Amino acid sequence: MPLRRKKTDWHSLLFTGATGLMTFSIVAMVALILGNIVWNGAAQMSLRFIFGGTKEGMFDAATTGVFPMIFGTVALVVLMTLCVLPVGVITAIYLSEYARSNSIVTRVIRGAINNLAGVPSIVFGLFGLGFFVQFVGGGIDRVFCGGQLTYGKPALIWASATMAVLTLPVVIVASEEALRAVPQGLREASMALGATKLETILKIVLPEALPGVITGAILAVSRGAGEVAPIMFTGAAYYLAHLPAHLSDQFMNLGYHVFVLSTQSPDIERTKPILFGTVLVLLTLTFLLNFAGVVVRARIRARARHAHG
Amino acid sequence: MDKPNIQPVLQIRRLNFWYGAKQALFDVNLDIAANCTTALIGPSGCGKSTLLRCLNRMNDLNDAQRIEGTITMHGMDIRAPEVDVIELRKRVGMVFQKSNPFPKSIFENVAYGLRIQGAKKNHLEEKVEASLRRAALWEEVKDRLHDSALALSGGQQQRLCIARTIAVEPDVVLMDEPCSALDPTATAKIEELIQDLKRYYTIIIVTHNMQQATRCSDFTAFFYLGRLVEFDTTDNIFTNPANKQTEDYITGRFG
Amino acid sequence: MELHFDQELAQLKERLLLMSSLTEQSVAQALKALVQRDAALAKKVDADDDALDRLQVEIDERCIRLLALRQPLARDLRLITMAMKISTDLERIGDQASGIARRASELSAEPELKPLVDIPRMGEICQRMIRDVLDAFVYAKPELARQVIQRDEDVDQLNKQLQRELTSFMIEDPGTITRALLLMRIARNLERIGDHATNIAEEVVYLYEARDIRHQHADRP
Repeated sequence: MPLRRKKTDWHSLLFTGATGLMTFSIVAMVALILGNIVWNGAAQMSLRFIFGGTKEGMFDAATTGVFPMIFGTVALVVLMTLCVLPVGVITAIYLSEYARSNSIVTRVIRGAINNLAGVPSIVFGLFGLGFFVQFVGGGIDRVFCGGQLTYGKPALIWASATMAVLTLPVVIVASEEALRAVPQGLREASMALGATKLETILKIVLPEALPGVITGAILAVSRGAGEVAPIMFTGAAYYLAHLPAHLSDQFMNLGYHVFVLSTQSPDIERTKPILFGTVLVLLTLTFLLNFAGVVVRARIRARARHAHG
Repeated sequence: MDKPNIQPVLQIRRLNFWYGAKQALFDVNLDIAANCTTALIGPSGCGKSTLLRCLNRMNDLNDAQRIEGTITMHGMDIRAPEVDVIELRKRVGMVFQKSNPFPKSIFENVAYGLRIQGAKKNHLEEKVEASLRRAALWEEVKDRLHDSALALSGGQQQRLCIARTIAVEPDVVLMDEPCSALDPTATAKIEELIQDLKRYYTIIIVTHNMQQATRCSDFTAFFYLGRLVEFDTTDNIFTNPANKQTEDYITGRFG
Repeated sequence: MELHFDQELAQLKERLLLMSSLTEQSVAQALKALVQRDAALAKKVDADDDALDRLQVEIDERCIRLLALRQPLARDLRLITMAMKISTDLERIGDQASGIARRASELSAEPELKPLVDIPRMGEICQRMIRDVLDAFVYAKPELARQVIQRDEDVDQLNKQLQRELTSFMIEDPGTITRALLLMRIARNLERIGDHATNIAEEVVYLYEARDIRHQHADRP
C-alpha cells in the first residue's frame, strides 16, 4: 500500500502562528520599554551623573548625580542578601532534609511561606516600621543606648531586614528546590560511609545545591534592588547630604529616587531626563548584580564539574 | 563447597520488616559466612534489597519502617541501643545500584570516608592509592586523581564507588545490583573484582542476573514475597535447587 | 508458562527419542540377522549406523547451541548436558549393534555351532533395558532407570556364562574356534550395550534427581 500523502495540518499551523504572535508581542513590549529608557536615558549619562551627588540641586538635570543612590542601593542589596541567605538556606535545609514532608508543622511552614510571597510589598514596609524600627530598634535603644534615639528610627539595617523578609520566600523556595534536586543517592552514599546527617548536608548536599541557592539569591537581589515600598518607611531618605556611614544611618535609593523625582518635582518636564537616567542606572545596576551572580554560579558549577581537589 | 560452617560474620534471626503497614520481610533466618560472597536473588519486590538495607541500617533513614528480630554481627546485635549506627556503617559498607560518586575529584571521593573518620593527612594519599589499587582502578586514574569523578565512565565510576567503600576498611561490603547499569565489559570487570575482594571482605550482593550470581557468589539465597525460600551453595542452587519456586525462578519459568 | 525455550527442549527430547528408537531397532535387527542367519539384514543394520552417527552430531549441535544461547540452569542444564551424554551412549550402542551385525553376517556363512539360546536372551534383556531407560527418560521415571541398572547384572552374568561355555567348546573342538570367537565377541557386544544402557539410566537418574549415582555399585566389576 502506498503511503498516504501528507495533508496540510491547519490546526497546527494556526496554533503555531498564535503562540508565535503572543511571544513576539511580549518581546516587542520589553523592547519598547527598554528602548524608550535607553533612548531617553542615554543623553543623561555621564561620569558626573553617575559619580556626582545632589548637593547642587536634586531636580537640575545639568548638575545632579545619582552616586549616593547607587551606593545606598548596593548597600541595601548586600545587607539584605547577608540577612536573607542564612535564614532562607537554613529554613530550606530544615524543610528539605529534616522535616517530614507531610507533617502538620511542615504544611504550616509551607503555607506561611506561600502567604509571605503573596503579601503586598507596602505591607512589608509597614511591618518593617512596626517591627524592626519601633519594636526591635526601639528595644535596642532602650536596653543598650540608654534611651537615646539610635536604632529606633528608619535605618539602612532595618530597610535591609525588611527587604530580607520580603525576599525570604524566593530564597527558601529556590534553595529548597536546589536541595531536593541533589540526588538521594549522594546522601545515601555519604551516610553509608559513616557520615552523620550534618556532615552529609555540609559536605555533600549544600555544595551540590549551591548553584541553585545562588539562583535564589539572584532573584532576591533583582527584587530587592527595585522595590520601593518596603523601604519608604524603614530607611530610605528623600535627601541626604552624606553617604550612610553606619547601619543606623538612613540612605538614598535609586528606586525611591525615581519615586521622588516623579512625584515631588516642581517642574516635571525638566526632571524628565534625570528620571530616565536614574531608571537606566537602576536597570543597569540590577543587570550587573544579576550578572555577577550568574558568573559566580557558573564558576561554582564549573568547579563542581572539574573538581580541583 | 559446603554450607557455611565457617563462623558467620552476620547472623540474621527471625527478621521481620514493615514499610508502614506493608510487611516486606517475613521471618528471615540467614547466616553470612566470612570472606565469601553471598548472592541474594529473587523477583523485584521480594525483599532482597530491603534485607540488604537492614544490614547497615540504611532503612533507619526511612520514617515509616518497623523491624523485628535480630541481626548479630560478630555476636553483637546491630540494632542494640548502644550500637552507634555511624560505626556500624563504617564496618558494613555499601555500593549502590546507580553509581553515585560525589561531585568531587577522584581523590576526594575515596578520601571522603577517611576524612570523616579523621584520618591523618599523610596517611590519606597512601590509603587512597591502596583502595584504588584494590578496586583495580589505580592504573586508569593515577594521572588524573584530581579530575572530577563524574568524568569517569560508568564502570569506572562504579569501581570508584567500590574503592570509596573499601577505603574505610569495612568487614562487610553490601552491593545492591552494582552492575545493572553497566555494559558487559564493565560488568565483567566488577565481577572479577568481587572475586578478588572476598579475600579481604565479606560480600553480599543483590542481583537480578542469574549468571552474575553463578559467576561470583559462593552462596545464594532465593527470596520470594519477603520470605527466604532457599539458601544453599551457589553450586547447588543453580544445578539442583531443592525448591520448585527456586528452580522456576532461575530457569526463567516464574509466574 | 510455555516458553520458546521449552519448545526447543521438547524438540531436543524428540530427536533423542528418535535416535533411541533407531538404536533399539538396530539392536533388534542385528539379533534377528544373527538368529535367522540373514546376511542381507545384517548389512542393512551396518548401513543404518550412519543415520545414528548423523543424529548424534545433530543432537550435540542442538545442545551446544542451547547452552550458548539460553545459558540454561538447574534442570534445563541437566537435561541438555545429559542429552549430550545420552546421545553418545546411544551412538555407542549403535556401534555395538553394527558389530553384532557384521559378526552375524560372517557367521551366516559358517555352519551353525549350536542353537542360540543365551545370546537371544541377552539381546532381549538389552533391548528392554534400552526401551525402559528411554521410557524413564521421556516420562521422568528415575525409579524405572534404577531397575534398568539392576538388570545389567543379569547381562553380565549371562556374558560370563557364555564366555565359559564357548571356551569349553573351543577346547573340545578347535574347529569351532572361529565361530566360538565370533559368538564370544557378540556376547561382549551385548554386554557393552548393557553397560551403555546402564550409563543412560544413571544419566536419567541424575537428570531427574540431580544425584550422581555413578561408580557406587559395589557389586559391579
